[in-house]
Amino acid sequence: MSDFETVAASENHTARRGPSGEPGAPNQVGAPQKPRSLAGDAWRDLRRNPIFWISLALVVLVAAMAAFPGLFTANDPRDCLLSRQHAGPSGGALFGYDFQGCDTYSRAVHGARASLLVGALSALLTGLIALTVGMLAGYFGRWVDAVLSRVIDIVLGIPLLLAAIVLLKRVNSDSATVRIGAVIFVLAVLGWTTGARVVRSSVITAKEQDYVAAARMLGAGNGRIMLRHILPNALAPAIVVLTIALGSFIAAEATLSFLGIGLKAPTTSWGIDIDAGRVHMRESATPLVVPSTFLALTVLAFIMLGDAVRDAFDPKLR
Amino acid sequence: MFRFILRRLLQMVLAFFGTTLIVYALMFAGQGDPIQALAGERPVTAAQRAYLTEKFHLDQTGVGGFFYRYFDYVKNLLQGDLGQSLTGRSISDILAAAWPVTIKLALIAMAVTIVFGVTAGVLAGIRRAGIFDNSTLLLTLLVLGIPTIVLAPLAQYFLGVRWQLFPPTAGADPDLYALLLPGIVLGSLSLATALRLTRTSVAENLRADYVRTARSKGLVKRRIVSVHVLRNSLIPVVTFLGVELGNLMSGAIITEGVFNIPGVGFNLFRGIRTEDGPLVVGIVSVLVVVYLVSNLVVDVLYAVLDPRIRYE
Repeated sequence: MSDFETVAASENHTARRGPSGEPGAPNQVGAPQKPRSLAGDAWRDLRRNPIFWISLALVVLVAAMAAFPGLFTANDPRDCLLSRQHAGPSGGALFGYDFQGCDTYSRAVHGARASLLVGALSALLTGLIALTVGMLAGYFGRWVDAVLSRVIDIVLGIPLLLAAIVLLKRVNSDSATVRIGAVIFVLAVLGWTTGARVVRSSVITAKEQDYVAAARMLGAGNGRIMLRHILPNALAPAIVVLTIALGSFIAAEATLSFLGIGLKAPTTSWGIDIDAGRVHMRESATPLVVPSTFLALTVLAFIMLGDAVRDAFDPKLR
Repeated sequence: MFRFILRRLLQMVLAFFGTTLIVYALMFAGQGDPIQALAGERPVTAAQRAYLTEKFHLDQTGVGGFFYRYFDYVKNLLQGDLGQSLTGRSISDILAAAWPVTIKLALIAMAVTIVFGVTAGVLAGIRRAGIFDNSTLLLTLLVLGIPTIVLAPLAQYFLGVRWQLFPPTAGADPDLYALLLPGIVLGSLSLATALRLTRTSVAENLRADYVRTARSKGLVKRRIVSVHVLRNSLIPVVTFLGVELGNLMSGAIITEGVFNIPGVGFNLFRGIRTEDGPLVVGIVSVLVVVYLVSNLVVDVLYAVLDPRIRYE
């Protein structure tokens, strides 16, 4: 289970303030030329980091695969003939055929869509919950913070995979949309806590700044201060956490599908294919190796991307 | 200290009721007619129906009845009575047979983590930004990024089937050698995290004032590292390992399923595959309790080990 748990756990102690201060704050006191902003500094760091470029290229490639699978393969992933069972590479099938006689490569390409959809949407939903809860807890403090922080503690105490198993066992529908929706919902409901903690701590730092006091003296209400002044500062660290979370959500989706409670058969998913390939690995290993490689590279790409961006924004963690 | 433990305990009790309530509500509530579900296709006589209604307190309807039955479930859970699986075996018996195997596997994984992860972490922390440090960092990133459902089957195929270095599956009553490969696979994730944690912690402590003092007193480097730095650096590592032991015991679903090890995770894996609802709920309930208790122990341990930390 602990793929995503450990990734999340390794986030815990790296969740620092991130870029503090206002991005566009004029601070050229006595400086002859325009000083670089924090984001500019980070970008300069990132530009020279090969890991950043490699992972970005992989992310773009997988996104293209998810959006336009036709660009990468002409074969239909559901065009399966038992007479081709475990046949070698031929035609458009780069890696041959699997046990059911489906094109292994085509299935792997088409599997990108479900994975990325689940990963991106649950990261988005997670981000919304985390921003709302973290903002309310950090900004209002006192009893609001006390209540919300306890809720975070409790949800954080629930083991993700076990809870996901129980929640998803309840979904009996076999329709692809319902299942994808259910997986997204379950991952978001269980996975928002780390993000909320990060947002909360950056909101607490941001609300003590002078420009917030200035805005309040000018008569800005709570809503305006939260959205216009504090949110931009809380966003950057949250986005970094969410990029890494996206990778672990993709791994979680594949794990649930592997167990047979995530996405189900008519949907093409790497987790399902890995499970099917595993059973027949003695006859032919390619149907196992190909989707495994696709999944591992995708998850890695997101985690490395988030790692590189965080290092650039927060160099003291190196 | 006492206040902290008390608060932490209360929090755990809340988490326990929260989780079991969710598990219970999802699995047993709102499922049509439970008595007919129990009987399957066969007809139920009025006498049987009355008996079962009485036995499971089904006559109490509404929210009150729901909580009545929920507390029944919690009471049974705390007494260790988990009911029967769909195949008629007592779930407590299944778990009693499965725990020793799972604990053995978790201990192997833990040993791998400590021997390789912590040692390499200390070395990387001392020689920060060197070749060893950078290569281990990249390697751990790779391990953290590869999900278990990829790592376990591939390790099984290449090391077990193709090159035949390890037995590919464990089977009933596995010996230490058969558990070694699954143990390494299971431990690799915590190994990577432990390595990174140790490295950061050692590197941070090497810059601390007390290390400068020790160095200016003229102590040799070996003594500074082994006595002064390690003792302080290993505090977060020890707590992490504690949490991981809990995680490893409950988290071996995939590894045990792939390598066919008859532990707790394997039974859960099988329960999910065969749609055995009671078995899944029983095991998940127990695992949640294990997870919560191990987290509690670790938190308290943390406060004991590091007196600088105060939770108020």
